[in-house]
Parts: sequence; C-alpha cells; structure tokens
Amino acid sequence: MALVVQRPKLNIAERMYLPALLAGLALTFKHLKNTILGRTHVTMQYPEERWDSHLPEWYRGAPTLVADEWGRERCVACQLCEFICPPRAITIHPEEIPSTDKWAKVEKRPKEFEIDMIRCIYCGLCEEVCPEQAIFLRKDYSITGYTRAEMKHNKAKLYEMGGLKTGVVNKWNEKK
Amino acid sequence: MAPPPSFLQQPVVFLVWTSLLKTLFVLFGAVLPIVSLSVFSERKVSAFIQDRVGPNRVGLPTSLLGFRKDLRLAGLGQMIADPIKLLLKENFIPASVNKFYFYIAPKLTMIPPLLVLAVVPFGSTFLGVPMVIANINVGILYVFAVSSLGVYGIVLAGWASNSKYPFLGGIRSSSQMISYELALGLSVVPIFLVCGTLNLSDIVQWQIKHGWLILPFSFTEGFSLSRLVLWGTMMISFIVFVVSMFAETNRTPFDLPEAEQELVGGYHTEYSSMGFALFFLGEYAAMIAGSGVIVTLFLGGWSLPFIPDGSSHWLFGLESHVWSWLPGVFWGLVNITVFFLKVSVILFVFIWVRWTVPRFRYDQLMKLGWIWFFEIALVNIFLAALTLVYLE
Repeated sequence: MALVVQRPKLNIAERMYLPALLAGLALTFKHLKNTILGRTHVTMQYPEERWDSHLPEWYRGAPTLVADEWGRERCVACQLCEFICPPRAITIHPEEIPSTDKWAKVEKRPKEFEIDMIRCIYCGLCEEVCPEQAIFLRKDYSITGYTRAEMKHNKAKLYEMGGLKTGVVNKWNEKK
Repeated sequence: MAPPPSFLQQPVVFLVWTSLLKTLFVLFGAVLPIVSLSVFSERKVSAFIQDRVGPNRVGLPTSLLGFRKDLRLAGLGQMIADPIKLLLKENFIPASVNKFYFYIAPKLTMIPPLLVLAVVPFGSTFLGVPMVIANINVGILYVFAVSSLGVYGIVLAGWASNSKYPFLGGIRSSSQMISYELALGLSVVPIFLVCGTLNLSDIVQWQIKHGWLILPFSFTEGFSLSRLVLWGTMMISFIVFVVSMFAETNRTPFDLPEAEQELVGGYHTEYSSMGFALFFLGEYAAMIAGSGVIVTLFLGGWSLPFIPDGSSHWLFGLESHVWSWLPGVFWGLVNITVFFLKVSVILFVFIWVRWTVPRFRYDQLMKLGWIWFFEIALVNIFLAALTLVYLE
C-alpha cells in the first residue's frame, strides 16, 4: 500500500512565504556579517598557512633514505622495499662495497636508488618492511615538479630529504 | 547683441553630442564596470554567506616589477581576470546548431537591458544638461516594451542550440514570461495614478516634492494621513514589482531558464567564450536596468533628502561669480553617485536573495504569477484609485 505522507497544515503566514523568506534573509545576513567581521572559522589559506605544525608524528609523507649517526648510509640494498612496493615505484641498482671502505663488512649498498613520486602511493610498506630501518616516510607532502624526470627522486635527493636518523639498529657498529 | 551660437551649441547638434557622451558614459563608465563588479561581488557575497573566503588572490602583480610581494587588493583583480578569460577562450560552435540564430541570440539578450537604461534618469543635471539619455513621455511603457524583448534571445538560444537542456531552458523562459509580465505591468499602475505621469524624470521630481513612494511620509511635508493610506498600496506595488523584477531578470528564485543544477546552465549550455559572456553581460545589465527602474519608481531616483540638485547655486559658501559652474558640477556628480549607490544596494539585495531562497518549480511560478500577483496587482489599482478619489 502506498504510503500517504501527511502534509502539514500551514497557517496563513506560512503560506504567504514572505515571513519565511525574511527569516532566511536574516539568517544569510548573519553569516555574511560574521564572515566579514572574521568571527567565522574559514579554510586554511594554503600556501601561506600550512599543515606542518599540525601534522602528527606518524604522518606518512614522502619516503626518504636516512643515514645513521656515523654518517653511514643505512640501506644495504636488500631490495625488499622494491619487491613489496605495490605500485612498483622503487628501483634499486645494488653495488658491492669495495674492500678498502671503512664499512666493507656491510658488503652491499645501493649504487642508485630511485623512487618515482608519480607512482608512490605513500602506503609506508617500504618503511615497514625495511630490516635496516633505512627508509622512512617523512612529513613532506607537496611533491611537485615540472617534468616526469623531476618527479623521480634519486639517491642524492632521498638522502638530502631524509637526513640523519639515530636509532636502535646498530648491528654494524664497530664495537660489536 | 549676443554672438550667434557656435555649431556645437545649436539645439539639435547640442542634443546629439550630449546624448552621445551620456550614452558612452552609461555604457562604458557605468554598466560595464558595474557588471564586472557585481559578478565579483556575487562570488564574494555568496562566499561570505556560505562561510567561505571567495576569490582573494588576483590583484596587481607587483612582484613582476621587482617588488617583494604581489598586491592582492582582496581579489579585486578578478574583475578584470574574468572578462579576459572569457575573451581569450575559443568560441566553439557545435555542428548541429542553427548558426544564424545561434549567433544573434546572445546579442538579442544583451541589447534590451542596455536600451532600458536609456530612459532611466541617472542624475539631475550636469552643467545644465539633464542626466537622462532619452527623456521621453512614455517612459515606463518603453521600459516594459523593450525589456520583454530580452526573452526572445533566450528562447532563440534555446531553440537554435538544438540540444535538450537549452531547449527546456528556452521553453521555461517563455512560460515564465507570460506568468510575470502582466503582474509587472499592472503593479506600477498605482504609481502613475498617484504621480499622474509616465515620464520617469517627472516621477523622480514628484518624489522629491512629496517624498519617496516607498516611505509613508514626505521629507519636506512630514507625516500625513493621506500618505499613510497611500503607503499601503505602494508597499503592495513595491513587493509585486520587485518579485516580478526577479523573474524578469532570471534571478533566483525564478532562474528557471538557467537552473544550473537541473539544466546544466539552461539556454546557454552550448555557448562558450564571448557568446556566453554576452549572456552573462545581458543578465547583469538586466539586473542593473531593473534596479535602476526600482530605484527610480520607488526610492526617489537620484535624489537624497536635503541634498540639492544640479541646478543649485549654493555650495557651502564656496560659490562665486568666477566659479559659478562649481555648484552645478559638484551637486550633479553627487546626484549621479547617489543614484548608482542606490542601484548597488538593490543589486546587493538581488545577490543576497539569490543565495538565500531555493528555486521555484515552474508550475509554482505560474501559480504565483496568475493566481496571486495578477489579482493582487489588479485589486491594488482599484484600491489606489479609490483612495485617491476619497482623498480628493
């Protein structure tokens, strides 16, 4: 059976539409006045005001590579991040560390480490999978560029963005 | 013996070149700037009403000149940026349209509102020249005759576009026209009964002498019972006229032909670039013309109480025989400013109402026009006539 919706009984003022119209005009004028006087909270004015100070500790921004407290690059080119990366944004070309190097016992390091930021989906799986805690998602979120080549972060750029990170992983420490 | 008048001072020649100057002023000095300003303020006011900021970036690019920052001017540069964008766009004409009517429809929409402005007095006198382009005795009849032509542009655009949404927009526009036009014309008849003239300049003069028609009192004569009685009919006239004007200018709540949400912009869906800009210009010019007529009929036109007009010879004691032209220029400018200020207030009301009320269905509009406003306006005429006879 069809449902019959009971229409409300309107009195003469409501049927005239004008009182409701005036009430509406008053309401919109109140909003107008409050916005002009600055009493309304409006959108953040983006390029000048940024989210930076409001970002939480666990914010997932651009993935970067980090060095440890001795300036050693933490990445050992195990390529786990390359394998787990869902959009296949990471490309690693490993190389052997020459025996004359101070960290020769680490054996392997990335010759080139590329993250294609057009592909990256900021999922953080690379950070999660890394056994050396070498790759971290930092707080940079507006990654832009004029060309596709610019959007490919190479090793130098990744270390520049990542900087130094002291952490619990110290298995390559001299003392051990 | 006075020297013979120079060529420019011969009556006919004088009329021609002063009218030309006035036309140029109204077109390029008033209508176009006000149109782009009202497009900007439409965006700004809508933003404020919806608790947003609105366009606030475009200003003067002073950083190009070596300064450290751009001047933003609260986004006023948008006034210029919007027309430039529209001008530089490709004027795309779909293959299936009827090219001739597709071309002339925007022009037909834009021209009538500009023609209406010809008879609206926008100032008293300036150096002895009356500030109305054509001071004709049929005044308001001309306004109704010309402004109704605007609907042809819309209907033609809807038909020539050969597309369903513009077509629906055109149909709605014609159905809308037949429902408000009668009420629009009849609602102002009481004014002519009271003032006894159709000439818009004379109506303004009447209001200067006897007080604005929207007010229950006169500035010079004070309160009187007769004005109070007439005020009732004038208020009815005012409401019916303003609401019909909203329908005439295709503004919300009666923007059925455009109806962005239902008809994808209605009659101008298929237009781009300058064709679209002309429709836009036409709509806003119609708003300005409508506001001008409302101001002239009900709000005392260019007059403000206790402010002299352009024929005054008094200027705070500054007047002298050397500068005898000064009061005329000063008060003439003041009167023109007052008129456009009043127009902007009405324009603000147009914008304000647009962002407050939802759109009417078009059967509701027809019901409003035919069952309510037509009868109200008709009865109002008799009321006004009876009141006048009784007051006599």
